[in-house]
Amino acid sequence: MVVDINEKDGVLLMEIQEERLDAHNSGELKSRMLSLFEEGKVNIVINLSEVRFIDSSGLGALVSGYKNASARNGNLKLCSLQPQVKSMFELTRLHRVFEIFPSSDEAIGSF
Amino acid sequence: MKDLIEVDIKVPNHTRYLGMIGKIGEDIARTLKNYEGDREELAYHVNLVLTEAMSNAIRHACPSPSSSNGIHITISIIRNSLNIRVFDKGAGFDPETLPPPDFKGESEGGRGLYLINSVMDKVIYRKHKNGYVLEMIKRLN
Repeated sequence: MVVDINEKDGVLLMEIQEERLDAHNSGELKSRMLSLFEEGKVNIVINLSEVRFIDSSGLGALVSGYKNASARNGNLKLCSLQPQVKSMFELTRLHRVFEIFPSSDEAIGSF
Repeated sequence: MKDLIEVDIKVPNHTRYLGMIGKIGEDIARTLKNYEGDREELAYHVNLVLTEAMSNAIRHACPSPSSSNGIHITISIIRNSLNIRVFDKGAGFDPETLPPPDFKGESEGGRGLYLINSVMDKVIYRKHKNGYVLEMIKRLN
């Protein structure tokens, strides 16, 4: 899985460079996030602008990251969702769990 | 029969094929004649149910990755109805006993079958020969 990671204003921006976030690569995303949490990086923004497709495993990996960040007094926020991906969050009511922003700048600025 | 489409696919029991199967489903949805709904939404939904059903079959139903335990999928369009079947040779499960998804968001799993039920018109899980089949039907008109 290709993920670009940059730090800005104390917040870690993870840009998922994959078209799909599904049962094939969601496990890897979970372990990448866990490594960051273990390094003490607990404020994370995940940019999903390149993700065209997400399934229940992909949603589950993000929920896992959100829970882990919260448990460490941090936060995990999302930005730049494509419309079909956003509709999956709405269908599963996860748009009420995550803070979702139109752009990474807005997401980073919200911390 | 007019406008009959039947696609029969067998792939190894591995998640690396999810994207390929999903894409086949999307292409079929985009190619349908006389569909007046949102074609891109239908393509996503077909991709989604194929991905969910296939990963479910890989995760829960097939005990070991081997060619004899591969996943068998059929996609057919008959009389304005899209019918997707995902066959597995595993032990099966009872969809009636699955708890509903946790809408407060604390749970990581348990959304797959909910998503399938949400976007399809009819979902049946039944015994078939030496295994089970998850049959998912969507009306196209």
